[in-house]
Amino acid sequence: MISPVLAVLEHDRGAMAEAAREALTFGRGLAESLGAGLEALLIGSDDADLVAEAGAYGAAAVHTVTHPVLSDFGPEAWGEAIARAAGMLKPAAVLAGGSERGNEVMAQAAARLDLPFVSNCTAIDPSGADGSGVDSGSGEWSITRIQWGGSLLEDVRLAAALPLVTCGLHAVASEPLPEPVSPAAAGLEIDLDPALARTVVKDRVVLEAGVTLPTAPVVVGGGRGVGSAEGFGPLEELAGLLGGRVGCSRAVTNNGWRPHSDQVGQTGTRIAPEIYIASGISGAIQHWVGAMGSKHILAINTDPEANMVVKADWAVIGDLHEVIPAISAEIRRRHP
Amino acid sequence: MLRILCCVKRVPAPGARINVTADGLAVDAAHLGFTTSPHEECGVEEAVQIAERCGGEVTVLTLGPPEAAEQLRYAASVGAHRGVLVPADGGARDPQRTAAILAEAIRRLESADGAGPFDLIVFGNESADSGGFQVGVRTAYGLGRPIVNGVKGIEIDGPAVRVRREIDGGFEVYEMEMPAAVGVKEGINLPRYPTMKGRLASKRLEIEILDLDAPLGGQTMVRLRRPAETVSETAILGHGPEAAPAVADVLESLGVL
Ligand SMILES: Cc1cc2nc3c(=O)[nH]c(=O)nc-3n(C[C@H](O)[C@H](O)[C@H](O)COP(=O)(O)OP(=O)(O)OC[C@H]3O[C@@H](n4cnc5c(N)ncnc54)[C@H](O)[C@@H]3O)c2cc1C
Ligand SMILES: Cc1cc2nc3c(=O)[nH]c(=O)nc-3n(C[C@H](O)[C@H](O)[C@H](O)COP(=O)(O)OP(=O)(O)OC[C@H]3O[C@@H](n4cnc5c(N)ncnc54)[C@H](O)[C@@H]3O)c2cc1C
Repeated sequence: MISPVLAVLEHDRGAMAEAAREALTFGRGLAESLGAGLEALLIGSDDADLVAEAGAYGAAAVHTVTHPVLSDFGPEAWGEAIARAAGMLKPAAVLAGGSERGNEVMAQAAARLDLPFVSNCTAIDPSGADGSGVDSGSGEWSITRIQWGGSLLEDVRLAAALPLVTCGLHAVASEPLPEPVSPAAAGLEIDLDPALARTVVKDRVVLEAGVTLPTAPVVVGGGRGVGSAEGFGPLEELAGLLGGRVGCSRAVTNNGWRPHSDQVGQTGTRIAPEIYIASGISGAIQHWVGAMGSKHILAINTDPEANMVVKADWAVIGDLHEVIPAISAEIRRRHP
Repeated sequence: MLRILCCVKRVPAPGARINVTADGLAVDAAHLGFTTSPHEECGVEEAVQIAERCGGEVTVLTLGPPEAAEQLRYAASVGAHRGVLVPADGGARDPQRTAAILAEAIRRLESADGAGPFDLIVFGNESADSGGFQVGVRTAYGLGRPIVNGVKGIEIDGPAVRVRREIDGGFEVYEMEMPAAVGVKEGINLPRYPTMKGRLASKRLEIEILDLDAPLGGQTMVRLRRPAETVSETAILGHGPEAAPAVADVLESLGVL
């Protein structure tokens, strides 16, 4: 009997993260290619709803770890809990979602176990076959992971007594089983060092309500072509008319025209609006990886050859300082 | 006086697309400039600001090819005081090995002249190229220091460091006793540009070399490749402001108007 794949369930004080559903969905595929089962690790909670949701996504059993030091999120305490649970359960692999927390706690676990950790995987072939489908017999795994925030793929070989991986964010769409399973929940006895509290969340501050950049249905983006901080006024106006938010490129944040929280891209925010209106943005690859989750893209640029124009669904060739106010005026005319 | 260490990595700065060398093992940088990973550039700025505010010395450490001295000089031009290079031999470059080398380099720097531990070690959340999300965590663990990633704000408060981490619609606060480590993200500050005085200081910077190695880890790169590109027919809606009605039609068809 092959040991099961163990998926770490990311949650924030009892609310399951989308990354956890993706990890379970990805984990089902991995378990299948190993001929193994899928089980889940629930840290800092034994909540019945979380256990049931893990079952809906295919976990046949849920191992829970509760301890005073796990009362809130802490990267070191979570990493230690994962490392210790892996030692007790001896799974075929440990998998988490490729969120900021997911990658952090897996790195913590890997450091403690002194094992490799392959982050942000998009495909895993445990036979090591490198695409041909034939088991290489090496015991190594063939893995594809993302580099450059998704602009490049890297094929790696992993040699490890226990593979530790995260699946890239949105590498799979989370999907429940047609028929949920009812997982058995069992507590793991793990005694954690209270000193791990040194990196547990101390406090939280809630800043903004309403439409945030990652969830905005419309994003009106501006790049270097906007020319100044004041130049963003008409973009704000258009975003307001469409119930959306303003986004920008790194050229803009580097010039201090907009706060970094507006930056779309590899080192900024990934957006997924119904439409991204990208004006005065050339479409550098690091910007594109933040924008490519948009369902539709409309580019406004003076340069018809700009990468953003080439990759867009629609484009207007022209000066954004004329085009954007004209669009707002047209919207007002239609919806007075 | 605070002693702060920043770990930075030299990475290529590609434009509209990233090309891979014929052997598939590296980004083709023949026509590219190089830079410091953006998160780490902000890490250096943050360290310099803390040193300016609280009094302190900023050391920058990199493992990479000899050319990575350029990134150390750049850091000096924006206020860092010391630059340390661990020359890489071009062999296999996995994150476990990198972290083991960095941890050993830090131990050496801390034991030299009885200097004692760096109060704060600043990493990037992840490097811009391979982005393994782990070298900072592994290095800090190897040194027995607490580390929090995703940091967008740092406040020094006596022997403690209070950090903020962005979450959906707000932020979390963590508090660690120093010596401690952080993984920072771009947006924590707006890095300054080098001044004339800074450029002169960077020319004078004496780069310290540490020769170190560590055993291989278990992850080996086989090849890099570009993902399938999205090809879309771009419909040109028009030129200049006359295109506005066509744009409004598109917005209406998507139901966002
Ligand atoms: C490691 C790394 C990470 C990075 N991360 C990010 C990131 O997260 N996000 C990001 O955006 N960038 C990122 N960058 C920077 C990126 O490479 C580009 O430098 C940046 O995106 C360029 O911004 P831009 O398109 O606004 O400016 P430019 O490339 O200068 O383009 C300006 C565009 O505006 C057009 N234009 C000019 N005037 C007008 C006008 N009046 N009307 C209409 N169009 C006009 C021009 O034709 C041009 O296409 C990163 C870079 C590196 C090396
Ligand atoms: C023998 C050997 C040879 C190498 N040769 C080269 C080379 O020729 N060119 C090259 O660019 N790199 C070289 N490296 C470094 C290596 O490419 C990666 O930096 C390493 O695998 C880290 O993984 P990552 O980039 O995914 O880091 P992540 O885990 O994403 O990094 C997180 C943070 O750790 C710190 N960090 C990561 N890498 C370094 C580093 N190298 N120096 C200082 N701080 C760092 C940064 O603060 C970074 O933000 C070599 C490494 C070894 C062991």
